[in-house]
Amino acid sequence: MSKIIKLRIRNLKKSFGSKMVLNGINLDICEGKSLVVIGASGSGKSVLLKCIIGLIRPDSGVIEIDGKNVISLPRYEREAYMHKFGVLFQGGALFDSLSVWENVAFGLIATRNINRSTARGIALKKLAQVGLSEDVANLSTADLSGGMQKRVSLARSIANDPKFIFFDEPTTGLDPIMADIINKLIVKCTRDLGITGFLITHDMSSARKIADRIAMLYHGKIIWEGAVNKIDNSGNNYVNQFINGKAELPI
Amino acid sequence: MNPLAAIGRNFITFLASTGRIVLFALSIICHCLQPPLYLRLILRQFIEIGYHSLPMVGMTTLCSGMVVALQSYTGFARFFAEETVATVVVISMLRELSPVLTGLMVAGRVGASMAAEIGAMQVTEQIDALTTLSTNPYKYLIVPRIIASIISLPFLVLIGDIIGVYGGFMIGIYKLNFNAASYIFFIVHHLEKIDVIAGMAKAIVFGFLITLMGCYQGFNSRRGARGVGLATTNAVVVASIMILLTNYIITEIFFIN
Ligand SMILES: Nc1ncnc2c1ncn2[C@@H]1O[C@H](COP(=O)(O)OP(=O)(O)OP(=O)(O)O)[C@@H](O)[C@H]1O
Ligand SMILES: [Mg+2]
Repeated sequence: MSKIIKLRIRNLKKSFGSKMVLNGINLDICEGKSLVVIGASGSGKSVLLKCIIGLIRPDSGVIEIDGKNVISLPRYEREAYMHKFGVLFQGGALFDSLSVWENVAFGLIATRNINRSTARGIALKKLAQVGLSEDVANLSTADLSGGMQKRVSLARSIANDPKFIFFDEPTTGLDPIMADIINKLIVKCTRDLGITGFLITHDMSSARKIADRIAMLYHGKIIWEGAVNKIDNSGNNYVNQFINGKAELPI
Repeated sequence: MNPLAAIGRNFITFLASTGRIVLFALSIICHCLQPPLYLRLILRQFIEIGYHSLPMVGMTTLCSGMVVALQSYTGFARFFAEETVATVVVISMLRELSPVLTGLMVAGRVGASMAAEIGAMQVTEQIDALTTLSTNPYKYLIVPRIIASIISLPFLVLIGDIIGVYGGFMIGIYKLNFNAASYIFFIVHHLEKIDVIAGMAKAIVFGFLITLMGCYQGFNSRRGARGVGLATTNAVVVASIMILLTNYIITEIFFIN
């Protein structure tokens, strides 16, 4: 079993104005493993993800990917390591001026020198993996339902065979059956293809299926982190409250 | 509230945003000079900015050419009416009216739509998504628009020149009963190369300014429908003011020697 640390975060801090969002995050993800971050809405999960992929510049701290601190990298080097990322944004972030397949093939056409028809072929395969048929490939993304948009976005994020996936709520807005298909797809990526995963979800049943480890974010800190089978005996009141969905204290 | 403090604060904000716009413009120019350039996107922007603006530019310059002919006739009818009208129409259209009106109309049409489109993309994280798909948003979104607009604006102005002068000609012939042959003679006689060149130079600068402001406001749009709406308004207002200011400066450079 590989114990190489793919992502190492130390004492990461970020505030917007006077509002402290991340207050000293420490996290490790081993190569080929997937970490699911849970936490209340507005606790800063998406901000953490954007810090790691370099869209938000943290105030202080260390983010190492493959042993290299990426925060201080100049733009072109950061772009080079981004090639290996597959990112799913919480809102989908599909390009609404392009059709479905052009969205999925976007990264392929941008990075590899392949022609459009080959790219389309790959895009159709990826769309099939997320349960979308060829008929939707030529539609405009604005004409899709919310769940379909999420799946197109998912297909786009895995189209370029990434080494590291960052999914922000991949199953939100999907029906239970589709959610299970997506969970299986994520598991296939991380367990079978050896992709490292950083995933955010609110859905505990999904988290149990896709995670190797789970971390809980609360008030800008990771208050609990451990293997997925330990979550029921975490001994942490906040975690217990979150996974059981109770409105009573402490959160 | 101390009124002096308010004035000072606004002044500092103004200076800060001027600085940001200048930096933004410089980085765009750098990106324009480095490959890759997306030819497909440049072509699409040509159609959007150049071709689709034609009817509007044609209408505007036709009407203003006609109006200038009419007004200069009422003003100068006692003197050599034919020559004066031809001269006034040619000079005012080529030097000022065609570039400025084209610039303002394109700012309203194209600058606004750029700010709205890019602002909506910013708000829905599409620009972040571009970055994660190894595409530089400056190169993908701004550079094609800049290139297309600084090339198509001069053509629009040239077409505007022709249509405007033709509008004056029509009024001269059909309404003021001038002799067509001598009117054309006066037009050609008073057509100076420098007037055309000055108009083109203005068009290039205006094209750059319109796209610069459209993209800048879009990129810095605040969240929500209100933010995008504000970005659109700012893009048009600021671009229009900049057009009028730089128009004066360029006129001074070209004609006051
Ligand atoms: N660009 C920004 N400017 C200012 N504040 C921001 C910005 N982005 C996020 N925030 C703030 O940071 C906090 C955390 O936001 P974030 O989107 O990370 O929450 P989240 O944990 O992903 O929530 P959810 O589960 O609802 O998606 C929020 O309070 C938000 O207001
Ligand atoms: Mg979020």
